Amino acid sequence: MNTQYDTLIIGGGHNGLTTAAYLARAGRKVLVLERRHVLGGAAVSEEIYPGFKYTVCSYVVSLLRPEVIRELDLPRHGLEILPVDSSFVPMQASRGDYLALWSDPATTREEIKRHSPRDADAYPEFNQMMYNMGFAVKPILGMVPPDPLAPGLDDVRGLLDLLKHFKGLEAKTIHQLTKLMTMSAADFLDEWFETDVLKALTAINGIIGTMLGPRSPGTAYVMLHHFMGELDGAFTVWGFQKGGTGGVSQAIAGAARRFGAELRCNAAAAQVIVKNGQAVGVALESGEEIYAKTIVSGLDPRQTFLKLVEPKHLPGDFVHAIRNFKFRGSSGKVNLALDGLPTFTSMPDPALLQGMIEICPSLDYVEQAYDDAKYGDFSRRPYLDVLIPSTIDPTLAPPGKHIMTIFVQYAPYKLNGGWDDQKREAFGDAVINTLAEFAPNIKDVILHRQVLTPWDLEQEFGLTEGNIFHGELTLDQLFFLRPAPGWARFRTPIRNYYQCGSGTHPGGGITGGPGRLAALEILKDWK
Amino acid sequence: MPRFTPFYSRTSALCASHSWQEWSGFLSANMYELHHVREYYAIRTAAALMDISPLYKYHLHGPDALKLLNRVVTRNVSKCAVGQVMYTPWCDERGKVIDDGTIARLEENLYRLTAADPNLRWFQDNAIGLDVQIDDVTESIAAVALQGPLSRDILNALSSSPVSGLHYYRLMQTTIAGVSATISRTGYTGDLGYEIWIAPADAERLWDALMETGQPYKLRAAGQLALDMARIEAGLLLVAVDFVSAKKTLFEVQKSTPFELGLGWAVKLDKSNFVGREALRKEKKRGPAWATVGLEVHWESLEQIYRSFGMPIHLPESAWSIAVPVYADGRQIGKATSGMWSPILKKYVVLARIEPRYAKPGTPVSMEVTIEAHRKQAAATVVTLPFFNPERKRK
Repeated sequence: MNTQYDTLIIGGGHNGLTTAAYLARAGRKVLVLERRHVLGGAAVSEEIYPGFKYTVCSYVVSLLRPEVIRELDLPRHGLEILPVDSSFVPMQASRGDYLALWSDPATTREEIKRHSPRDADAYPEFNQMMYNMGFAVKPILGMVPPDPLAPGLDDVRGLLDLLKHFKGLEAKTIHQLTKLMTMSAADFLDEWFETDVLKALTAINGIIGTMLGPRSPGTAYVMLHHFMGELDGAFTVWGFQKGGTGGVSQAIAGAARRFGAELRCNAAAAQVIVKNGQAVGVALESGEEIYAKTIVSGLDPRQTFLKLVEPKHLPGDFVHAIRNFKFRGSSGKVNLALDGLPTFTSMPDPALLQGMIEICPSLDYVEQAYDDAKYGDFSRRPYLDVLIPSTIDPTLAPPGKHIMTIFVQYAPYKLNGGWDDQKREAFGDAVINTLAEFAPNIKDVILHRQVLTPWDLEQEFGLTEGNIFHGELTLDQLFFLRPAPGWARFRTPIRNYYQCGSGTHPGGGITGGPGRLAALEILKDWK
Repeated sequence: MPRFTPFYSRTSALCASHSWQEWSGFLSANMYELHHVREYYAIRTAAALMDISPLYKYHLHGPDALKLLNRVVTRNVSKCAVGQVMYTPWCDERGKVIDDGTIARLEENLYRLTAADPNLRWFQDNAIGLDVQIDDVTESIAAVALQGPLSRDILNALSSSPVSGLHYYRLMQTTIAGVSATISRTGYTGDLGYEIWIAPADAERLWDALMETGQPYKLRAAGQLALDMARIEAGLLLVAVDFVSAKKTLFEVQKSTPFELGLGWAVKLDKSNFVGREALRKEKKRGPAWATVGLEVHWESLEQIYRSFGMPIHLPESAWSIAVPVYADGRQIGKATSGMWSPILKKYVVLARIEPRYAKPGTPVSMEVTIEAHRKQAAATVVTLPFFNPERKRK
């Protein structure tokens, strides 16, 4: 048997690479197996159209854990996150009102005041409250989930730490936190604001990657998850990685290589080889078999447990729990190569083209977009999260040309009649038509269009049902319940088989959190 | 994107230093010349003109305006007569200071409130069930502060009715160079001085008239640096420097009560219920955790420390506002939040928050100073605030 490796990691996504880097740093011999020709998973930059570098799937960064940046020294390997400092929401098709939020609080205040003087006061207080909620919840992101029902020594220690932390919080904070955990984003925001468009823009954080609408209970918490980003110690700031989010993966890969990890592309794992209830190796689709002491899967829970291993190796209730883990991909992606910049008719200042452009003119608009999806259609007028990264990083496109990334919600994985080429194009058309309502010249400047439906995300990137977070980030699937009760500590019912993807705690987004925590647990077991 | 006050055409023409800071989103001059010292002396020996338009201003009117004010602020506004102005802080339900400002009773049922931070929502939320209208008039009222011993003479030369009879913390309606104005005898310098409230359209006319008439009185425009020195001498606290608004922080350790800030005199526990009263009542019984005091840093001690580095004494040229530790009995007992060398008093004066048992005037303490990045402790004495309190302020 070929056992030159200590650890095999299936999937070269950013979490798999993170685990590889940490294990290699600890002196383990690590091999990463990536199915595609490029590392990064859903955090990739690819030149899909000549001269234009698309940030294909994920497109902004903020949740990347500071300890991962620090411990892997990612800036040394090319991490360079540029600020995205405004949000612009056109409110009516054609010429009309808008909402613009700037990085400068005084200008933002004036702008909100135009809509509601009360909300201008409430906005900084709301952000401060969310900042505080983030402060309250953040320690959880960096800890291995203790199991409150079957506590071992580590669990008890973890629970005590948590208890101590929560005891230190103000009663007001705990009250707000309880509300956040139970309410819908819309209801929660109703308690703060009267400006509908401001509520729509904020509620978006509660629906991204989730098959829920802003009025569905539970979305307030998802909103908090997106408020926990930080850059240079400042909470809730989003940024764009130079070169696209593939640059983040490249930086982590660079760190892994420096520590001695081996990274292999075009190496699709077919099966984890299990002998006597113990994982011993990986069989590749090519027929090659590689053996190692531990096997780690960075794929999502369904792939990790129902595809890579045979169910006979797993307890029945566990299989049941994984089968019930909700994926329900709800979003798609459209990437464009542009001949020039689009003109948004209601945009008061072209500087806003360098920030996020949000097509969410009202809460009803977003809820109606969800209504379509609830019954199996993609939204005729979807919510769009638009960014023109080439205005921030001009190296992504030829001079004067641009790329545009459009995150689209809702596009249900389980589309009536299923997805096909025709429906993909119809979906792409719906996105462009919606955008054209606000930027009529968009169709004239499109040089190339890439449309990714949840089905494509599953096929191309291995994301089950096209869920960008390896499973929804709702409370019932978080912390000690992610991905299944009793198995949230990165181990699995199969000995020497571990999980390190976004389907584990603390969940999806470019965080590096699962990858890091998994590595630390694996190293604990090694001793 | 900065905004410009109604006086900007005049202030920008004078601002040779091009040194500005942001004040509530508006550009505000730090100093007009390359050094602020002449502006400081203008405040104390002649007169200075300062654009204070960025102050947040609210009009509260309606039958329940008084009720609302009494419900929110700590002072008893029932005692505020028409034509009177009151300084007051206001607190959250736990008695922590949110902001402070002045309340001017313009008419029987019309009050104007000034504030450092936006407070519309806070007052509206507390007005539920009350018959009162709250309007943000920040941008519909322009304002200047005319401060200094000669300010009265300048106004008397310009005002249609003399200001000589205007008492401290009172206001009057008048016409200045044809501009209809409200003059209040208030300010942030602790000196004789006035604040003039007008319509923004009249701003340039008023400014020009004041500057022209003020010329023989050596009136000059003054910026934030000079004002900062004057307010420290006057023992006046600055929000976000000497204390943090309870609305701006969620962390208890950063919040303060009026008692801790030396504003206990402005807390009227015996009036009808107001936001924070219960907490403040308890605190008064228990005694506050902190006391705000003045410190005078000893010249000799400072000089000796410098000498140990082979250097002559060096004094700050402007006010500093980065907090440093205060020590007594070999341990830290609080912090100094702002301080300066007072050219008028010839003293090194400091505002500090320390443990109450050290707050008695005359108590010896020490304050951290760093010389070439070496930490040293300079001897200081606790003194009563304000440091500077000329008779002319009230007379």
